[in-house]
Amino acid sequence: MDMTFGDAELAFQQEVRDFIAANLTPDMKRAESLNASVFSEPETGVPWQRALNAKGWGAPGWPVEYGGPGWTPAQRWIFETECAHAGVPSPTPMGVKMVGPVIIGFGSPEQKNYFLPRILSCEDYWCQGYSEPGSGSDLSSLKTRAVRDGDEYVINGTKIWTTHAHNANMMFALVRTSDEPRQQDGISFVLIDMKSPGITIRPILTIGGDHEVNQVFFDDVRIPSSNLVGEEGKGWTYGKYLLEFERGSGIASAKLRKALHRTAALAESDATGRAIEDPDIAIRMSEAEVDIDALEMTELRVLSALQNGQNPGAVSSILKLRTSEIYQAVSRLGVDVIGNDGLYVEPTRPLHRLNAPPAIPEDELAVMPTHLNGRAYTIFGGTSEIQRDIISKLVLGL
Amino acid sequence: MDLTPSDEQRLLRESADRFIAETYTTKLREHNAREPFGFSEAIWKQFADLGWLALPLPEQHGGIGGGAIEVGILMEAFGRGLVSEPYLSTVVLGVGLVAEHGRDEQKAALLPQIAEGTLRLAFAHAERAARANLSRVDTSARKDSDGYMLDGAKVAVLDGASADQLIVSARLANNGSGSLRLFLVPRGADGLTLADYPRLGGGRACNLTLQSVRVPADAMLGADGDAYPAIEAVVDRALAAMSAEAVGMMQTLTDKTLDYTKVRKQFGKPLAANQVIRHRLTDMSVQVDEARSMALRAALKADADAAERGRAASGAKAKIGKGARFVAEQSVQLHGGMGVTEELDVGAYFKRLLAFETLFGGSRHHYRRHAALSGRLVNA
Repeated sequence: MDMTFGDAELAFQQEVRDFIAANLTPDMKRAESLNASVFSEPETGVPWQRALNAKGWGAPGWPVEYGGPGWTPAQRWIFETECAHAGVPSPTPMGVKMVGPVIIGFGSPEQKNYFLPRILSCEDYWCQGYSEPGSGSDLSSLKTRAVRDGDEYVINGTKIWTTHAHNANMMFALVRTSDEPRQQDGISFVLIDMKSPGITIRPILTIGGDHEVNQVFFDDVRIPSSNLVGEEGKGWTYGKYLLEFERGSGIASAKLRKALHRTAALAESDATGRAIEDPDIAIRMSEAEVDIDALEMTELRVLSALQNGQNPGAVSSILKLRTSEIYQAVSRLGVDVIGNDGLYVEPTRPLHRLNAPPAIPEDELAVMPTHLNGRAYTIFGGTSEIQRDIISKLVLGL
Repeated sequence: MDLTPSDEQRLLRESADRFIAETYTTKLREHNAREPFGFSEAIWKQFADLGWLALPLPEQHGGIGGGAIEVGILMEAFGRGLVSEPYLSTVVLGVGLVAEHGRDEQKAALLPQIAEGTLRLAFAHAERAARANLSRVDTSARKDSDGYMLDGAKVAVLDGASADQLIVSARLANNGSGSLRLFLVPRGADGLTLADYPRLGGGRACNLTLQSVRVPADAMLGADGDAYPAIEAVVDRALAAMSAEAVGMMQTLTDKTLDYTKVRKQFGKPLAANQVIRHRLTDMSVQVDEARSMALRAALKADADAAERGRAASGAKAKIGKGARFVAEQSVQLHGGMGVTEELDVGAYFKRLLAFETLFGGSRHHYRRHAALSGRLVNA
């Protein structure tokens, strides 16, 4: 067992660093450091995704035949770590990490040929239609209905928490196509053109002051039946596959470490009156770092198992649970570090477009909105309570 | 980069797990608790025969040349079985100090005997006034023409009464440097008094007083130079080993509690049918998993530079200490009244985990040390 990189891995690390140096512009970097949302705005996320795609790195998790780079898990680790360290944009995962794998796994040849290249190039910008006002953690109780009419489906209902629906031209959604005794049955996975007549988008502002999510209404929206993925009524299986992908695809420790480094830099600055000199802040910083160390080791253990063709087991829920909790601990620490400056909440969005000098140092601007919006981490993608249910079933056999 | 165990490491784990499952029964533990030294000489002999006492010794001194990972594999199994043989005292601390700091002739004289199981060591370092401060030593060593004279008092010397030789830390009193030295002192030395007691969670420990204890000049371990860097390195490696042991205990307690909540019925259903219980068990198993990650990290960094090694060791001790208390307390809680009795061994694991948390400084101490080593905190 060792944690060091071999020559080939070191060479790859250098290649990633060179790529980042050549493609990460100072504007992108600044925009990302001032991003208080979960994901980057399209104006930074899309150019970054296109640069990755031009290099052949647009979809690290995809099989080579569909455009994946064919990386080993260790290479994937190095890539994610270097990206986090450099502070590159975080494009939304809805295309590459979510609908892409479902289309690869269950889509028709026509869907693969048409959609996959458009995902890689960001020609299509995707959003996800899963949650509904009445269906949060109990997702399979969803009611948005698609009724077959000739070679079309007619969709009525509403979706909520739809990240970047206002930027997207495509949505993948779970809809009810029939009523069955088990609520997980009768759900289908469909692809919806967001320009279709009958779609209304209502913005929802989160408590940090950001417009990232929306509610989307469907009023007799027609989509071609060829936009059904896989078989009618099997959508729950595909949706669960995607959720497991969502939970397991993250190499999160490097991003958390970056967030902690940002907080540490603030704590060491005169802007915060050198908050680090408060022993309580210093020690909590170490507590967060040690938690990140533990998360990193768990991620590396999973990667090593994958590298050797082993099944890492049901750890993706453990990683999701801990990542979200540690993220919130770091953001809470950030709030304590900036102290009184947390009282100032800058309303301009995106923050990097701010014209007038803010009332507080620029480095502090994103701290409070990040903390406020970040309360969603233990809620989206399956709440911490749902993760504990899953862990108790899968790990403990309860 | 690869964290999968090698074939040798897998075999070592299998043989250690098998030994614990087949040999280290509750009956053996009860037997050991009544033994004068708190462990079984026959089991110690078996450890020697299995090659476990030679495991981390350098090959030129009769050892196998294993590292912190291999020691961790054994220690985790020892934790599962609540092993009370003095492996930590003799093989981790004793061998560690001799190998790290001893002169070649001292290594050649001592290490092969340890591998054979004919020599045991104990580390007499902690003092009452020092609490968890590893560098605070008031015991003095006064050099004269015959050698050294040691005076002072030590506490919590693990397995001191069963050791043939004690490695005593002392501060040079009369040559002006005041730097730390280590001395090999035979257990029967004149002026040495041991107050031996059964220690929390199994095994024994003692307090020592040294009154004008005379040792020859060559009883000093190593060459003339401050012993503190060696002490710190060896204690960091001991923290890694203890962390692995704690993982074994935490895993076993979680397994036992899981089994119990599946069979214990109240209100017409198993305890584990209640979501509040399932989530508690989940939190326990997450703590075990994180502890496993941190113990592995401490072992992988055992030979890194001092700051990196110390941060990993203290990080592990701090985080696992916190998790160990949680797992131990929740195990007792979920076993209900029975958990507070001596009729189950849940309490034995609870006590041993508390001993882990106490030794070499608790969780809060190690978070402070981590912060200091990270340059965040002065005066840790």
